[in-house]
Amino acid sequence: MANENLNLTLKVWRQNGPNNPGRMETYQVKDISPDSSFLEMMDVLNNNLIETGKDPVAFDHDCREGICGSCSMFINGEAHGPDRGVTTCQLHMRKFKSGDTIHIEPWRAKAFPVIKDLVVDRSSFDRIIQAGGFISVNTSGNTVDANAIPINKEDADKAFDAATCIGCGACVASCKNASAMLFVSAKVSQLALLPQGRVEAEDRVLNMVHQMDEEGFGNCTNTGACEVECPKGISLENIARMNREYASALVKKG
Amino acid sequence: MALESKTPKGPLKDKWTNHKNDINLVNPANKRHIDVIVIGTGLAGGSAAASLAEMGYKVKAFCFQDSPRRAHSIAAQGGINAAKNYQNDGDSVHRLFYDTIKGGDYRSRESNVHRLAEVSASIIDQCVAQGVPFAREYGGMLDNRSFGGVLVSRTFYAKGQTGQQLLLGAYSAMSRQIGQGHIKMYNRHEMLDLVLVDGKARGIIARNLITGEIERHSAHAVVIASGGYGNVFFLSTNAMGSNVTAAWKAHRKGAYMANPCFTQIHPTCIPRSGDHQSKLTLMSESLRNDGRIWVPKNLDDVKAIREGTKKATALSEEERDYYLERRYPSFGNLVPRDVASRAAKERCDAGYGVNKTGEAVYLDFSAAIQRYGKEKAVVMHIENPSESEVIRLGEGVIESKYGNLFQMYEKITDHNPYKMPMMIYPAVHYTMGGLWVDYNLMTTIPGCYAAGEANFSDHGANRLGASALMQGLADGYFVLPYTIGDSLAKEIMTGHIDENGPEFIKAEAEVKDRLARLCNINGTKTVDHFHKELGKLMWDHVGMARNSEGLNKAISEIKALREKFWKEVKVPGTPDSFNQELEKAGRVADLLELGELMAKDALTREESCGGHFREEHQTPEGEALRDDENFTFVSAWEWTGDASEAKLNKEELTFEAVELKQRSYK
Ligand SMILES: Cc1cc2nc3c(=O)[nH]c(=O)nc-3n(C[C@H](O)[C@H](O)[C@H](O)COP(=O)(O)OP(=O)(O)OC[C@H]3O[C@@H](n4cnc5c(N)ncnc54)[C@H](O)[C@@H]3O)c2cc1C
Ligand code: SF4
Ligand code: FES
Repeated sequence: MANENLNLTLKVWRQNGPNNPGRMETYQVKDISPDSSFLEMMDVLNNNLIETGKDPVAFDHDCREGICGSCSMFINGEAHGPDRGVTTCQLHMRKFKSGDTIHIEPWRAKAFPVIKDLVVDRSSFDRIIQAGGFISVNTSGNTVDANAIPINKEDADKAFDAATCIGCGACVASCKNASAMLFVSAKVSQLALLPQGRVEAEDRVLNMVHQMDEEGFGNCTNTGACEVECPKGISLENIARMNREYASALVKKG
Repeated sequence: MALESKTPKGPLKDKWTNHKNDINLVNPANKRHIDVIVIGTGLAGGSAAASLAEMGYKVKAFCFQDSPRRAHSIAAQGGINAAKNYQNDGDSVHRLFYDTIKGGDYRSRESNVHRLAEVSASIIDQCVAQGVPFAREYGGMLDNRSFGGVLVSRTFYAKGQTGQQLLLGAYSAMSRQIGQGHIKMYNRHEMLDLVLVDGKARGIIARNLITGEIERHSAHAVVIASGGYGNVFFLSTNAMGSNVTAAWKAHRKGAYMANPCFTQIHPTCIPRSGDHQSKLTLMSESLRNDGRIWVPKNLDDVKAIREGTKKATALSEEERDYYLERRYPSFGNLVPRDVASRAAKERCDAGYGVNKTGEAVYLDFSAAIQRYGKEKAVVMHIENPSESEVIRLGEGVIESKYGNLFQMYEKITDHNPYKMPMMIYPAVHYTMGGLWVDYNLMTTIPGCYAAGEANFSDHGANRLGASALMQGLADGYFVLPYTIGDSLAKEIMTGHIDENGPEFIKAEAEVKDRLARLCNINGTKTVDHFHKELGKLMWDHVGMARNSEGLNKAISEIKALREKFWKEVKVPGTPDSFNQELEKAGRVADLLELGELMAKDALTREESCGGHFREEHQTPEGEALRDDENFTFVSAWEWTGDASEAKLNKEELTFEAVELKQRSYK
């Protein structure tokens, strides 16, 4: 385990607003504990910037434990940085060496415009869910007993695995076409695998895919980059399942 | 003002049913003309917004994150309670009610808690209908686990991501309503004031966090579901943005704050490792189902472990002190959180802490790995499995139950918890205190409601594990949709509330003025600097153990810190742009007022109960000593215009169904 504190050069994307041109700026940070997280390193940078009268770097974050999906940095050419199966907030500085230069950029995709610096607008994801990523059941207190429909454990586990998507957008950022297929297919799969979700499965997949196209996400060309960079290990199987669901829904519903 | 809980009459078990039958209803055609603002999209706000919109109200929902799906509820790990009795282990509505009252150390309102237990089963049904993928057994039925403070298995879970799955359920229900135009969603918006017209809550002032624009939003009722304020301690398991601002603005406009000092310090969190830390990470209580907590019996071993010359695994059973099993043989590792936290502190204060800082104990899974490994070998018909085979199988079972937590632990600490016991220490986790609400979840401001962690209602002085998710969803899906009708039924003739009225204009001017002031101080210290100072004062004096000297000190020092903040803080940028430092500054300014009130509340409560431990009040064995004669009440603090001069009001608590006893988990 490395114990020595790190001195680093950071090259950070700075952009004042969606319509402003951006640029890379260079900063130095010193004495960073290898036990600190990447975002804690960014806190140090920002506090330095504030103390010297400069504008801190804007970035999204909240839970800082890999579950809210807020954090979204493209680090040294990879979504969420070099470690596998983690979000930016879970990336720890022990993955770097003193003297390293680290490049930090926002997600880049037409459907994710930059708001400021590393902050992007991912509301397109919300709109895709609004188009059909739900089961139409009102709150009532009169729904059937939760154990009335047994669900095969294997399907339940697969549905759960798909449902762990955190909506971070790393899949889009990693894809050369900026495709949102992994994200969309995760929700389609979760609900298609459960008996409760089957009823609306056809409309759901058609509506969600339609919205995805409307938002300007690119096509999937099966390069698989999304799966590699997905912090939650969402599998390409979901894309295959969605393609099947889509094809059969299209036949039935046109 | 006299505090009226509005608890319905009649026997405890009939109160909710009778109340629902008596409550005013709003006709569906009229609902379309009634606006409701919901602040927060966590389990409480998300479920409330979805349900109210389904019923036909026009809902405006707000969150400060970029999507409602990212509310802090997403981070809840372990599970959600419900009195389903699927395990046939003697669970019932009454038992859940009783466990919650007892767990809360008899400082909650019986009627509310009973209602919570009553609606709990419907929550699970509703979530399953929405497609929430709870863990299941091989037969396809739902699985359960146990949490602290209870002797039954009533906790439903989705690995260590229960909060995520429940929140995504509420989020999808909301999304459906957003898509249909019944909810207007305001992402990246922060409520910065509550607007009252003729004494009623009629809207809010919000800041668009992208543009910095200040907006007025009117409604016939406002629901505050803005979560807890554990971040007053700077280091906590809460998300970075969790804060008190929305609730505090309501407080300053007349809503009482109840039991603000009741804070939950969770026993199993990853210990602090240094000053760089921005937050602490929880290791779910569910781990105490299978993990055993211990420290070495001998100080020599402690020393060797700290120096790195000995490993935890090298200590024999006889050399280990499983102190919870020793002190509390009946509940063992599953005592309630407050008890487990104090016991860890006691051992560490006595010098038995096992890491460099002396503030860590072990949570050990080796026994569970052995047990599960052997069981699995039997199921798989492996005869005489080798030791390594058993361990491999056992680790597999542990992985399927807690995989994401173990991964999280390893990423943060760089230690493999399958091979070495985890190191854990208590950390601030949850705030039982919050806005005072009556049985209808209405605050002391007519038309202003509070739900979820933001209210004080159900957990008394200590919350049981897996009960916050239950409460948030109970409030939002099954309570508020009924109770809010009671006041909204009177609003059908009111018509649209004018956003250009003088009250809105005044509130907006005040918000703008405050933002400008923050930006113009132009001092030398960052917001984080003040937040850390506040956190240290809170942890040292208003934390796990409190005494009058420390509390008095905290009161005067927080006040001084607040004054310094307003002179020396540096907030870069302007109010009319995307400005994350300004957001933080506003929140910390409010926490600096709240902190003082928490200390004052703790000082006033001259007893120990649940998470509130006053060193002056303990039994000879060091257990919390309640004073039922003098303190069986809810402290409800009233804003008087000066953060140091809050006025105490009391809601006396009466118990009909349970007998007040000194809690015992022995
Ligand atoms: C790590 C962790 C694990 C937990 N695990 C469990 C568990 O296993 N079981 C359990 O029962 N409980 C658990 N809890 C507790 C539980 O998660 C919370 O108490 C609960 O989720 C709170 O939900 P809420 O809806 O009240 O608020 P939150 O989920 O905190 O939501 C608050 C909402 O309010 C919004 N908001 C806040 N202020 C403003 C403002 N001024 N303007 C606009 N919007 C605002 C936020 O954007 C957010 O949408 C856990 C807590 C933590 C920290
Ligand atoms: S599929 Fe993976 S990468 Fe894409 S949004 Fe979901 S969690 Fe993020
Ligand atoms: S901050 Fe929540 S996932 Fe990174």
